[in-house]
Parts: sequence; C-alpha cells; structure tokens
Amino acid sequence: MTEIVSDATGRKPTTRRRRKTGGITHIVVFLAPAVLIYTVFSIYPLVESLRLSLFAGQPDGSAVWTGLGNYARLLFDANWAVRFWNALWNNLILFFIHMVVQNPLGLLLAALLSLAPRFGGAYRTLIFVPTLLSVVIVGFVWELILSPLWGVAEGMMAAVGLGWLYAPWLGLEGSALTAVSMISVWQYVGIPMMLIYAALLSIPDELLDAARVDGLSGAAIFWKVKLPLILPTLGIVAILTYIGNFTLAFDLIYSIQGVLGPPDYSTDIMGTLMFRTFFGQQTQIGDIYMGATVACMMFFIILIGVGLYLVGVQRRLTRYEM
Amino acid sequence: MKHIMMKTTAAAALCLAAGGAIAQEVTLTIESWRAEDQAIWDEVLIPAFEEQHPDINLEFTPTAPTEYNAALNARLEGGTAGDLITCRPFDGSLPLFQRGQLADITDLEGLSNFPDFAKAAWSTDDGAQVFCVPMASVIHGFIYNADAFTELGLEEPKTVEEFFAVLDAIKEDGTYIPLALGSADQWEAAQTVYTNIGPTYWKGEEGRQALIDGTAEFTDEEFVAPYEQMARWSDYMGDAYQAQGYSDSQNLFTLGRAAIYPAGSWEITGFTDQAFFEMGAFPPPVSAEGDTCYISDHTDIGVGMNASTDHPEAARTFLDWAASAEFAELYTLALPGFFSLSNAEFAVENPLAQEFLSFRQDCESTVRVAAQILSRGEPNLENEMWVVSANVLNETMTPQEAAAEMQQGLESWYEPQQD
Amino acid sequence: MNTVDTTRARRGRMGRIGTAAGVHAVLLTYTLIAIFPVVIVVLNSFKNRRGIFTEPLALPTAETFSTEGYATVLNQGNFLLYYGNSLIVTIVSLFLILLCGAMAAHALSEYRFKLNTLLGVYLILGIMVPIRLGTVAILQLMVDLSLVNTLVSLILVYTAQGLPVAIFILTEFMRTLSRDIKDCARVDGLSEYRIFFEVVLPLIRPVLATVAVFSMIPIWNDLWFPLILASSDATKTVTLGVQQFIGQYTVNWSAVLASLSIAILPVLVLYAIFSRQLISGITAGAVKG
Repeated sequence: MTEIVSDATGRKPTTRRRRKTGGITHIVVFLAPAVLIYTVFSIYPLVESLRLSLFAGQPDGSAVWTGLGNYARLLFDANWAVRFWNALWNNLILFFIHMVVQNPLGLLLAALLSLAPRFGGAYRTLIFVPTLLSVVIVGFVWELILSPLWGVAEGMMAAVGLGWLYAPWLGLEGSALTAVSMISVWQYVGIPMMLIYAALLSIPDELLDAARVDGLSGAAIFWKVKLPLILPTLGIVAILTYIGNFTLAFDLIYSIQGVLGPPDYSTDIMGTLMFRTFFGQQTQIGDIYMGATVACMMFFIILIGVGLYLVGVQRRLTRYEM
Repeated sequence: MKHIMMKTTAAAALCLAAGGAIAQEVTLTIESWRAEDQAIWDEVLIPAFEEQHPDINLEFTPTAPTEYNAALNARLEGGTAGDLITCRPFDGSLPLFQRGQLADITDLEGLSNFPDFAKAAWSTDDGAQVFCVPMASVIHGFIYNADAFTELGLEEPKTVEEFFAVLDAIKEDGTYIPLALGSADQWEAAQTVYTNIGPTYWKGEEGRQALIDGTAEFTDEEFVAPYEQMARWSDYMGDAYQAQGYSDSQNLFTLGRAAIYPAGSWEITGFTDQAFFEMGAFPPPVSAEGDTCYISDHTDIGVGMNASTDHPEAARTFLDWAASAEFAELYTLALPGFFSLSNAEFAVENPLAQEFLSFRQDCESTVRVAAQILSRGEPNLENEMWVVSANVLNETMTPQEAAAEMQQGLESWYEPQQD
Repeated sequence: MNTVDTTRARRGRMGRIGTAAGVHAVLLTYTLIAIFPVVIVVLNSFKNRRGIFTEPLALPTAETFSTEGYATVLNQGNFLLYYGNSLIVTIVSLFLILLCGAMAAHALSEYRFKLNTLLGVYLILGIMVPIRLGTVAILQLMVDLSLVNTLVSLILVYTAQGLPVAIFILTEFMRTLSRDIKDCARVDGLSEYRIFFEVVLPLIRPVLATVAVFSMIPIWNDLWFPLILASSDATKTVTLGVQQFIGQYTVNWSAVLASLSIAILPVLVLYAIFSRQLISGITAGAVKG
C-alpha cells in the first residue's frame, strides 16, 4: 500500500513498478489476440520478404541462394546504387520539409485552437478534412489545380498579381519534390495538429493558473510551460513523420507522379523504387527478390532512424513526462 | 443490360442442362489493362462468344494500365489471377511464360490464322513456342485538327523541314498550340515520340536488328538524330508542358486547343467520340523528299492462358475464338484503332483508322525499338528510354547525353553490346 | 511567487483583441486552403466539359450547368455497395485495432513479466515496415485460408497493420496513468479483466479516439490491398471504385469529378457527425493532473 501513497503525488516515478501477480493467464489473454493477428498477417509476411531478399530469381521462376548478393548489388552496382542513393536522399528531403513545414504548422494551428477561439470546432473540423481524403482524390485534385492546362493555380495567382510566379512545379526537376511534399503537408497536417491539440488540452489547469498568477504572458506560458510539457508528443510526431515518409508518402507520389518518380527520378523515393522493383510496371517484369532487398533496406533505414530517436531523443524527453 | 444478358445466358444454359446435355457451366475471368474497353466487352464481345458457347461465361475484369502489371504479378504469384490474361508484347510477357505462369498454346489451331511476325511478339526467341494469341497492333503517327489546317491553309507535312514549317505557321498564327504533348507522364516521350519519329532515321527493322546484334549503338547518328529533332519540339509544346500529363494532352487536342497530336492509333475511338472537328493523320515525316518512310506498327496486345487455370479446356475454347476471323472483325470494328493481326480480310470503317492503315502500304513497318530482347535486363531499357526522352523534351539533357545514358545502361548487361 | 506585474497585465488585456483577430486570421486562412480543393471539385462536378475547362473557378451557370457526370457515375458505378464495403472494413478493423491494441498495451504497461520489453519491441516493430512489403506472402496466406475476395481478408490485414501504432501510442499513454485507481479497484476485489474494461478503458477514451482517427485514414484510403486481395465487384471499396472509374473515364472530367464528389461527400458528413464525439471525447476525457 505504500506505493499508492508515493504515487499519489501525481508525478510518475522514474522507475516503473509493475504489479507482480500470481497467475499469468490474464496477461496471455490480453496479449494473445494482438500478438496472433500481428504475427500471422504482418510479421510472417515480412520475414518471408527478408528470406526472399537472400535469393536471386532465375528465368524459369526458381530461385537460388545468393546470400547478401542482392544487397551488394543494390549498394555497389553502379546502375542500382545511383537509384538507391537518389531515392534515399529524396526521402530525407521529404522528411526535412515535413519537419520544418508540416509539424510547426500543426503546432501553430493546435496552439491557436487550444486558446479556444470562437468557431474553434469548425476550424478544427475543416482543417482535418484533407486528411480524410483518399490519395486518389488528393492526387487528382492537386494535379488539376496545378495543371497548366486547367489554369486554376495560375489564374488565382494572376488575380493577385503573382501570375509571373507560376511554374509547372510538378513537372520541373527542381521543384517537383517540394511540390509533392507541400501537397502531402496539406493533406496530413491534421494529424500533428490533432495530436498536439490533445496534448495541450491535457495540461493540468492548475499548472497554467499558477503560471498566470506568476504573471507570465500568453506567449511566455506557451514557450516556457506548455511546450516543454508537450515535448513527448512532439517526439512522437517526429517519429511518426519519419516513418510516414517511408510508408504514407509512397501512395501520394504514386498517385500524382507515378512509379518512376518523374521528372528524371527527382521524386523517386524508397517506396516507389521498391514498388517498381518488386512488382514491375508497364514494360518491366517485377523481381520479387530484388524488390524484397529494397524493402529490407528500407526497413533497416527506418530501424536506424527510430533507434537513434529512442536512444538519443526520447531518453532525454522522459524527464518532462507528467 | 449486362446483368439481364447474363441471366438470359444462364437460363439458356440451365435449359440445356435440363434437356439432358451435361453442360458443366464455367466462368472464365479475363485480366486486362484496357479499362476503357469494359463496355465493348460487356456489350459486344462477351455476348457474341457466349451465344456460341452457352456453357462458358466470360467476365472482363480490367485493372488500370498503371497498376496492371503489378497487380497481375501479385495475383499470379498468389495463384488468384484470372483464367485468361491479356499479354503485353515481347519482354513484357516472355518472363511470365518462362516462369510457367502463362501456358504453352503452340498447338492451338487458331494460331494458323496469324502471320509469323504477329506471333513473334508472343513466342520464345527461337519461335518454337507460342504463349499468347495476337490480338492487335497499334500504329504510330500524327493526328491533326483538319479544320485548323484548312483554316490556316496548311498541308500534311512530308519531310521534317515541312513539319517544322507547319509548326512555325501554327505558332505564328497563335490560335492553336502547335503540339498537344506533355512530358509529365514520360511514356509518351518514348512511345509516341521517340519510337514514332525514330524508325525513319534508323531504317526500321534494320536499325532495330543492328542494336540486337550489337552492330549498332544508341550513340550512333541514326539513334541520336530523333532526339535532335525532339530537342527542337519544346518550342512548339504548350506552356508549362513539363507538368502536362497524358490526359491533359488528350483534352487539349479534343477540345480544339492544339493542332497536332503525336499519336498511337489507340486514340482513334476516344477522339472520334470527343472531338467536334474533322481529323486527319500523317505518318512520321522523312528527312528528305522521296525517302522511304518507316512506321511503328507495334504488336501491342495479345491474350493468353493462365497456366494454373482450373478450366484449361474452356480457356482454350475462348483462345480459339479470339484467333477467329469473327473475333478479329468484331474487335476491330468496336475498337477501330486496334488493328487485328489476323490474316482475315475485312473492311475498316472509321476514316481515321483507314488513314492509319494506309501508312502500311506506303511505309515500312517495325516495332518499338526497345521492346524485344533489349528490355530484359536491369536497368530496364524501356524505362530508361521513358526518362531520357522526357528529359530531352524538358531540355534538361542533350540528345547526346540521352543516347549515351541508354547505351551505358544497355551495355551494362547485354553481351552483344559489350565489346 | 512573484507579485503581479500590473503593466504587463494591462498590456495583455489590450493585446487580447488584436490577438483574437490574429488567431482568426491564421485559422481562417488555413481553413480556406484546406477546403478549397474540395470546393473546386464539387463545384465543377456540376458543369459540362466545356464549362469545366473554360471557367474552372466560376459557379455553374445556366449554360454550363450539367449533371451528366452524376448520371454517368450512377449508371456505371456501384458506389452504394462500395461505400458499404469501405464502411464495414473500416469500422470492424478499427474495433479490432482498438480492442486488441488496448488489451496488449494494458498488459505491457501494467504487468511485470518475462519478455515484457521484448514483446513490446516486437509489437512496435511493425510501425517501421510498410506491410505492403509482405504482399505476396499475404496473398498466398489468404489463398490458403480461402479468404481472397472477402472483406475479412482486408480486415485482418488492416488490423495487423494498425496494431503497432495503436500499441505504441496506447502504451506510452497508459504508462502515465495513475496507478491509484487500479490498485484501489484491486483492493475492492475486481478481477484483472474488469479492471481493464471498467477502470482503464474509460480512462484512456480520449487517446482511443485519437488512435481511431489515426488508424482510420490509411484503412479508408488504401488502394493496394483492395486491388490485390478483394478486387471483385462485390468487395470493392470506394477508393478502388473511384480509382478504376477514373481510369475508365480519363477524359470525361464531368464524370470523374462527379465520382470524386460522391466519394468525398459522405466522408465529410460522417466526419462532421463523429468529429463532435471525437472532440468531446478528447476534451471531456482529457486527464487533468
């Protein structure tokens, strides 16, 4: 019973005390459904992919063991390496743009919403709308809007005297990736916004009251009280953004630009490279073994990123945990 | 409509069964990338087939062209692909046969209705085994807005210089965008531009075979020259053509805003429906007056049988029908831009399709240069061609660089080119 | 505690009106950006082809007004059925993700047992890999289970795909839950199951809502697995239906825009209804202190 008393302060003890119980039946019951579904329909197929990456396909459809041969090819064969590094680099740019545009924007919107302005509910609802739309729709709509043929973007920019700024962004090597990233930001900013908003709401009123009594201005409260408190959430947002770059981003690029990442591979990311290697495309027959290799490289890269986060960032963040 | 018909067929089949004939009814599904053809299959082809074969039901289940190969591959690996499979030509289907996913149909009687060049697109390299029934080829050329030509007093260009003179005249006038072409989707740059205007320079089959034998290289003059012509095209394409996709170009042309459309004959059906003006067609212009013209008459679409179908007999029955003169005529009439490869003789009614067909009399035919043998390796030559061709149109690569990149990719795995 | 600085307080009051205006300006601008594309689509879906091209930003006029696009869609597509499919798949998957995910997260955050950390890492691993990478094996699995072209196949895959994120977020959150209530409940003699369902679940309601929204989006929008696992007409989802419709009518923009509108509108209606509950869930349940 002493532990209840020690916990009643409201602060989390840094070392977690878990209840040690006699039976383990309930633990098994709690874990079994998730572990079962997840293992059969997610892990097993992925392990299968991992296995495939160690084989090389033969013309007759059979496969021979090649060990790490596929990985060597991907990293050191000139024709593969150029595509691989290009895709990885584009992924990192994509991540960077999301970190400097999407997440600050989400934070800003969430912070403004948390001030409980009038019509806050309406704003929140509407800003989240793009997130609900299928990439099929998002891709089509933005292609239309940015299309030089239809001229919506050009017309609107011309109306405010910025017509000369217009360029066929999606079609230019220098701007295509940024344009796609901005569309992605438009679609997904609702997610960080909602997560951060929920985190801001869960900050205890007493803390904020105390800060106000201390004479802190609204801005100071935000920077000095709220922001540190929601850092764990920002950490989660960052890591989800990182992972999203390798998962969600594919769908959007695929539906806007297609599987070759045009122009000249400037929007080619790991996802599109994996997809066309794995499944092929119009004139190319898929190679599931090489595709699985790209897939596994992608897995390792995500793993490294998440690992760095867990070791480097989250450990430092935990001290702010409520 | 479709459902009613299916019910009638089913009812007919039931009657037959009741009448004592032991008709085992089977349903065959057809995989295809021709989503646009759904109505033609449902309303014309399937009823015609089912009338003769009441015990076999057909279902046409297309996938969008961009997803077709990926989805088909996954379904073949998983064993859920349809009984009948629409085949891409040459290296697009050969691996499926080699992996045992497409059945050997060499002994199919109907195949005798086709010339050898048609069967070559769906045969092993030695020609010993055939795995798909040839359905149709598509012819490349240029479709133009004939009303616009009349209005501006222009004539069909014969030579490259005349072609540019026409483009200049249209540009000068300013009413129309000279070329309805964009580079955003990339494939048009390769398929309806490079392999459309190219054969004239590399002398069709001669140049293509030379590449396969390793006696010619992409960096040779005749393969760079088409890129040099393309580099001049960007002045005549619409503003911001870099972001203009395939359907944008189609819309530009059919809405009467552009004058000339570098085309494949598959556009004929759609254009005939959509355009409100007269259209004409001309073959790719030649270098000098009197030169032989060459066209890409590309064996584009065939149909084969899933090796693991549960109903091989029924599937073969369908393939025999698909090889018949009846199918050839129905198919070509319904889709005037897809020219049957069958020896059967019949008239094509669509005037635009007739014009395309007339190219065959005046010009030498070839197929797309990268389709056979050369697109087997990694990097995939056809993919490379899409990318560098678009780059040339975008002016981000010189003709020489584009050719060199293709050559470098090809050399990296294709032995005849490696000396 | 400092004394209240009166000047600063006054400045605060003065600035408040300006601040409010600024807040609204920012939110309103972004809201317009967010919904503008949707408006454009719906607007143009009521025009004919020429109207769409010549005046994309104009309201439909007598001359350009047309519902031909909707006529085509309603004649050709089976969108009601597709909707039903999407709804069933999304709702059942969500239910399974939330239930199984919360149970697993509870076990991981509440009990000390061997393999706890290992299992935790194992369950979260899936966040890092797009499940699409295992498509071929999944398809073979579904074939063996005779689940191809059933909605069940999609539900299983989406549940497997959604669990890691759900468990990740829920575990993080559950670790911050105060233990007092649970331990009190134990003292009262509640079984571990009742503690989970009656004490823990109500406490994590707001996070469940967040996880629900999170998990819902990739499921509703997915194109790939419907294409591979359930592309038959009876099991098609809206996303796949619209995508194929676009493929079939590339140049018939009235029809394409109409199909997009038809796909968008019900989602918005549903969201408008549920967003209130979602938000009231977040606010009411927000753990204070």
